[in-house]
Amino acid sequence: MGNRSSLARDCLIALVAFLVLAALPYIFPSRGFTDFVVRLAAFGIFATSLNLLVGYSGMESFGHGLYFGLGCYSFALIMQNFAVPIPVAFLLTIALSVAVALVVGAICVNLSEIYFAFLTLAFQMLLHSLIIAWTPITGGDQGLTGGIPRPPFLGVRLDDYYHLYLFSAGLLILCLLAMYHIVQSPFGYTLRMIRDNASRAPFLGISVFRVRLMAYIIAGAFGAIGGMIMSLFVSGAFPDFAYWTVSGEGIFMIMLGGITAFLGPVVGAAIFLLLNDMVTKLTTHYGIVLGAVILLFALGLRKGLLDFIVDHWRDRQQSALAAEGRTASSPPSAKPVSAGE
Amino acid sequence: MLRIEDLSKSFGGVAATNNVSVHFPKGSLSAVIGPNGAGKTTFFNLITGAFRPDKGRILLDGQDIAGFSPPEIVRRGIGRAFQIARIFPTLTVHDAILGAVQAHTGQHTVMSRRFPLAETEDRATHVMDLVGLTPKAHTLSRNLSHGDQKLLDIALALVLEPRVLLLDEPTAGMGPEERWTMIDTVHRMWEQERMTLIFIEHDMSIVFKIAQRITVLSYGRVLAEGTPEEIRRHPEVIKAYLGDEFEAAHA
Repeated sequence: MGNRSSLARDCLIALVAFLVLAALPYIFPSRGFTDFVVRLAAFGIFATSLNLLVGYSGMESFGHGLYFGLGCYSFALIMQNFAVPIPVAFLLTIALSVAVALVVGAICVNLSEIYFAFLTLAFQMLLHSLIIAWTPITGGDQGLTGGIPRPPFLGVRLDDYYHLYLFSAGLLILCLLAMYHIVQSPFGYTLRMIRDNASRAPFLGISVFRVRLMAYIIAGAFGAIGGMIMSLFVSGAFPDFAYWTVSGEGIFMIMLGGITAFLGPVVGAAIFLLLNDMVTKLTTHYGIVLGAVILLFALGLRKGLLDFIVDHWRDRQQSALAAEGRTASSPPSAKPVSAGE
Repeated sequence: MLRIEDLSKSFGGVAATNNVSVHFPKGSLSAVIGPNGAGKTTFFNLITGAFRPDKGRILLDGQDIAGFSPPEIVRRGIGRAFQIARIFPTLTVHDAILGAVQAHTGQHTVMSRRFPLAETEDRATHVMDLVGLTPKAHTLSRNLSHGDQKLLDIALALVLEPRVLLLDEPTAGMGPEERWTMIDTVHRMWEQERMTLIFIEHDMSIVFKIAQRITVLSYGRVLAEGTPEEIRRHPEVIKAYLGDEFEAAHA
């Protein structure tokens, strides 16, 4: 297969993408734009991490918001209560998410689909209840207010909005690069095999439980990074970030953008946030509009936007190839070898 | 090589496998036959760890593997293909086989490198050649014909360099011509890889043509065991399974 990219090439693409993102605020010098990209970073990482489970591993988690909320609160609490540099709080939060994902995952990953979906949801609501109930620590339903201290590190001053923008954009690119690398690794293909046929995999010597647990932990860690960016953006943490709707939004983003194309969830997050921003300006009945758009994608395109574009493009290429083959020399009955469905 | 002793498994009150004892010598080619519901697939499921036996021993080179999980049993050298091909629909033939190779070498959780691992290519190419799937290497598994899906299923098991390979009806659902092609392939790979091969088969002409030993199951018990000649003459077998017509035809 010639279209498999190398890590070196992907790093180069990531670098170019970062430079473009870094330059964009000079072309669009509006606070609205940089704010949008920071939110896109938070939700793009979150939705892509969820798609590691939903799209690549066939694990339909309804409770991935657990890690978004956990990342948000853990990071904000560490920064407010301990005088540690931001990278340390970042790493501590990731470690905490890994620990939580290890426990929750060990309980959930071997359950069949519907039980997995609902038990992950239950664990998320457990966190939400904890946040609401534990007022002295978490601020209860008021959320964690009072701001987050942002001591400069390595010349990065996150109280400056352009710095926060660069930091978030950099994290988005880095996390996407890392997750892309994972899905293109031997491990990534093992995930696809388990998604395709979890009952066959054990007879090839694959421990389905172990591989699924690893995927769940990785997804949880990345989900928490999304939450941390959100926490920096709002300078606090709110119970809504741990509510089940966050998980639902993650699923919506994947549906809007596409489950198969790697960047589908990021595109979906962009569509979702744009819709959110535009529609809430016009009407308070945001849910109706969003629901209608989701229906349009689900019933009309039958797939996410990026998947639709990629498939369309591939079909055109293939029919062009087939046409070329006919005009050249092959007999008219020759069929393309691997025509998709 | 593979010795089964007093193997039993019941579901509810039904004894699907009932005190089965069989020995499969190293490098042999054996068939397991029996009417529908005789417990042939259950027998395979017990050997490969899909079910846990109620009692009995499964000795692979002297080691009892009864009660081990499927991955543990696979790692000890027992591979398996299924009656209805169990494949990975969204992967190409080549990728699926490469995926099986990396599972076999224990590299399936590697994250630092890119798929496919260079060191897995040779084995994948070898197995694709062996079963004749090389021309379909880049076809998505779900777009393969029924026969090719069966071949891919067998190829996935072959990748593991099994010392014992269990094939559950390799020719199920195939036309007469396709059957013999499949059996030729199975026979060729048995000769080339020098493994102990056990297959379940309904087509008696195939069984009596290629099997060295035949085990006949009926209602979960071993009805008879022996060479094709012995089985052909076995009165119980003729009565219970092969039928009078068979006797007349082969008299």
